Amino acid sequence: MDWTALSVSLRLAVGTCLLLIPFGLWLGRALATTRARGKPLFEALVALPLVMPPTVLGFYLMQSFGADAPFGAFWQRLAGSGLNFTFGGILLASLVANLPFAVQPIQRAFETVPPNLREAAWCSGLSPWQTFVRIELPLVWPGIVSALALTFAHTLGEFGVVLMVGGSIDGETRTLAIAIYDRVQAFDEAGAGIMSAMLLLVSFLAIGVVYGLAGRRRWRRV
Amino acid sequence: MSEPSLAMPEARLEVSLHQPGPIPLAADFDCRPGELLALVGPSGSGKTTLLRAIAGLYRPAGGRVRCAGETWFDAASGRSLRPQQRRVGLVFQDYALFPHLSALANVMVALDHLPNAERRDQAQAWLTRVRLEGLAERHPAELSGGQRQRVALARALARSPRVLLLDEPFSAVDQVTRRRLQRELALLREQIHIPIVLVTHDLDEASALADRLCVLHAGRSLQQDVPEALFRRPASPEVARLLDRHNVFEGEVVEADGHRRLRWGPWALEVARGLEALAPGQRVAWYLPHSDVVLHRRGRPSLGERENPVSGQVVEMVVLGGITSVSLAFAHGSETLRFEISTHAARRNGLARGETVQVSLLATGIHLMPLGGTIDTHARTPT
Repeated sequence: MDWTALSVSLRLAVGTCLLLIPFGLWLGRALATTRARGKPLFEALVALPLVMPPTVLGFYLMQSFGADAPFGAFWQRLAGSGLNFTFGGILLASLVANLPFAVQPIQRAFETVPPNLREAAWCSGLSPWQTFVRIELPLVWPGIVSALALTFAHTLGEFGVVLMVGGSIDGETRTLAIAIYDRVQAFDEAGAGIMSAMLLLVSFLAIGVVYGLAGRRRWRRV
Repeated sequence: MSEPSLAMPEARLEVSLHQPGPIPLAADFDCRPGELLALVGPSGSGKTTLLRAIAGLYRPAGGRVRCAGETWFDAASGRSLRPQQRRVGLVFQDYALFPHLSALANVMVALDHLPNAERRDQAQAWLTRVRLEGLAERHPAELSGGQRQRVALARALARSPRVLLLDEPFSAVDQVTRRRLQRELALLREQIHIPIVLVTHDLDEASALADRLCVLHAGRSLQQDVPEALFRRPASPEVARLLDRHNVFEGEVVEADGHRRLRWGPWALEVARGLEALAPGQRVAWYLPHSDVVLHRRGRPSLGERENPVSGQVVEMVVLGGITSVSLAFAHGSETLRFEISTHAARRNGLARGETVQVSLLATGIHLMPLGGTIDTHARTPT
């Protein structure tokens, strides 16, 4: 059992959720409430990682992380080191790959909040921020939970993108999914089996906890 | 719970909103504390937009909203208070209750400015006032339509608003509940001394509940007056049509036997008011409430028979319970004159389609209006 790989996987999944869910809240709400003409374009961009083969996405990310690419060069200047083959690199790649899983459920949830609830809150004296925290967040909570579950599960299982960007460096970029692949390549089917079972168990527990967070609602929509 | 200052004359709401588009507005009206003003008009007449503009949820290109001596909105100076600062109580058409909060918590949201313990008591008191005691812990989905409306009303009033705005508050409930809620609103009015603006497309509701009506069409305020005056003396044929008045005709001012008369087809009608100010030859529109059409009984002379007698042919008879609506057609034009009589009187008189009958058009009821014009004498001139 490769505990280091499990730890990399979990750190990657938790990190992705922590960074992506707040962003998903912002973007999902913006997409749900905007009437801008460019909305379909942004929606298509968000959905793109969903339809692209992970290896293709990983390839483009690897290219853009390289020192010759504008983004890679910029990062190099900023951080002093490159992104490819680092944990930071696979985290960034994971953020991009999971964009649709974080944004779409939250956007759908915000779309079901009638605009006049916001207005009723304002007329009742709540500031826009209070309205967001006390009225909108509880109403979109199921969407947030969905986004959390999907993002977490998808990150744990991600293979192509991580492999392309990070390779398989022990303790840095070798996630459990990649470690399993390495085992199979090395004809260690027993090891692969143990790790697969571990991944299955961790995924199940994590999703269970997340759905438990959603709790039982006493209310339903009018 | 109303503050004494709310009863002062400055507490009136003054609205003057103008913009060419995208939603055209040319509305001027005001509402005194304790008064209920109904904005009436067909859908798309800008009623809800005006209400939203008063609440600060919509910002028109031009105009002013003042309430209680304070300027809430002034396009010229760019001043526009946020909805939170205006202190309006707004009851939305679908009530817009927060579905995840109990009835009590819904009302408590509007009492955020109070200390926690007081909030609960106040909210509870408001729920009692709208007769929802015992239902405080229910969520909106567990309440009936009428109960939801009461929660919405309690939430709107809890903040001691300076104006209460009601957007079609009775449209989402059944008829029986509607009657009961209307009664409760009428009773509640005696306790709150702030301007109340009611938006409705239901003329019966408006005239039953409101002190004054303001008729709107395509964002323009055409006329405002007490219901009785409005229904008897609409400012223009357009207002008459919007108020669902039927007997609007066209005539010409003539001189006959040294008196001014109104020429209508073959008849020179006597008019009690307004004719003297008009020059002979002028064409005018005129309107007659159907209550001022008197049917002559056959074979027996009846009172007022000599007053503007006209005869026409019955073209339509609609029995609506105890009342029969009769339409007469005349040889000189395509318009019909409509009046109502009790169904048994129609039977007794042998009224039937195709019969020719004689009626009197009461001179006091005839109301003259500018032809096709919308300039009115009652509404304030737009600035």
